[in-house]
Amino acid sequence: MKKVYPDAASALDGLLQDGMTIAAGGFGLCGIPELLIDALVASGVKNLTIASNNCGVDGFGLGKLLDTKQIKKMMSSYVGENAEFMRQYLSGELELEFNPQGTLAERMRAGGCGIPGFYTKTGVGTVVAEGKEVKTFDGQDYILERGIVADLSIVKAWKADETGNLVFRKTARNFNPPAAMCGKVCVAEVEEIVPTGSLDPDHIHLPGIYVHRLIQGAHEKRIEQRTVRKREEA
Amino acid sequence: MPWDRNQMAARAAEELEDGMYVNLGIGIPTLVANYVGDKDITLQSENGMLGMGPFPFEGDEDPDLINAGKQTITELKRTAYFDSATSFGMIRGGKIAAAILGAMEVDEKGDLANWMIPGKLVKGMGGAMDLVAGVGKVIVVMDHTNKHGESKVLKECTLPLTGKGVVDRIISNLGVLDVVPGGLKIVQLADGVTEEELRAATEATIVD
Repeated sequence: MKKVYPDAASALDGLLQDGMTIAAGGFGLCGIPELLIDALVASGVKNLTIASNNCGVDGFGLGKLLDTKQIKKMMSSYVGENAEFMRQYLSGELELEFNPQGTLAERMRAGGCGIPGFYTKTGVGTVVAEGKEVKTFDGQDYILERGIVADLSIVKAWKADETGNLVFRKTARNFNPPAAMCGKVCVAEVEEIVPTGSLDPDHIHLPGIYVHRLIQGAHEKRIEQRTVRKREEA
Repeated sequence: MPWDRNQMAARAAEELEDGMYVNLGIGIPTLVANYVGDKDITLQSENGMLGMGPFPFEGDEDPDLINAGKQTITELKRTAYFDSATSFGMIRGGKIAAAILGAMEVDEKGDLANWMIPGKLVKGMGGAMDLVAGVGKVIVVMDHTNKHGESKVLKECTLPLTGKGVVDRIISNLGVLDVVPGGLKIVQLADGVTEEELRAATEATIVD
């Protein structure tokens, strides 16, 4: 089966429908699937539920889908960098489900691993536990969290081979592997597709079984908080 | 004189032992890294990195290399990268020896509030709830009182909690307190601060 597509629009062809759930990789603006997000904007698909740690910034990343009001609900751990997000949320246009960051990552991983729910001590005794089953193991309370299975996953990696084996770079890996795993279909965008056989099989971060469609493209890779030290300090 | 930010960070660094894997929160906790001296400490960044290095030199920023505060950083020889599920697996699984975090309120039962103020803009808890639930030891670094002079070390937190019964030790500008059965126990007074001053600034029950 051929996984490589010429561009983001063709890679998403036939996969989109209004009201669907999408899991997106990335942390802040690091390792986000920029090209696929742009293609989602262009497609006009709407009423989306998106599971993603953050929601981009104004005018970039998932923030673009806010500008066009294509998102109905976000499942995130932190959304502080986006004025349009807050405007839509406070006006009731946008639903928001806060998940502790590790719970969100594990919900994705579990969903992809055939685990419909798991118990965690994260959030016990807080608003996060409201309405959730509490179970005591060895004298300690845990809450039940559900695995997430998304209709579609969109992720970004550094390199792929033609069979969809992925290699990530530095902290741009973040939510991409668990997001990829939890999708019924996963589309990945990479900086470079290399010939099958040229990646060391021992150095694959995410096996191609999780990746159904693949595109290569140029990424802006915007930096959210450029922080440096002066050379004189060294 | 109560401790300043850097003195609090230096005192918090004394909590760290050779060989520890540690997660530092945003704000004063970030300064702790400046005071670890010769101790072999590995810093975790919960977006997927062990062995976090200093900020890069101008021109060396890499958009693929950031910390949990989304700032550009650098790697070290010992650095390892991993995904978010693995990262929080090591947090939740108790593999991280300690987290040093800021706080809006802490109480005598070790409850911690540091993620939201009702009626104000809510940005989200990020990884804070996972950290306080999972790591070996939770050390809070904070000012003892707010800008109105009211105690932030309370009998019971008033703000929505980040975690219940999670705090082990409080390092404030006035001193060091441990959460023990029945209340808080004074471990150390900041230089020039009297026990009476510390008690006066503390709403929580102090036990001997």
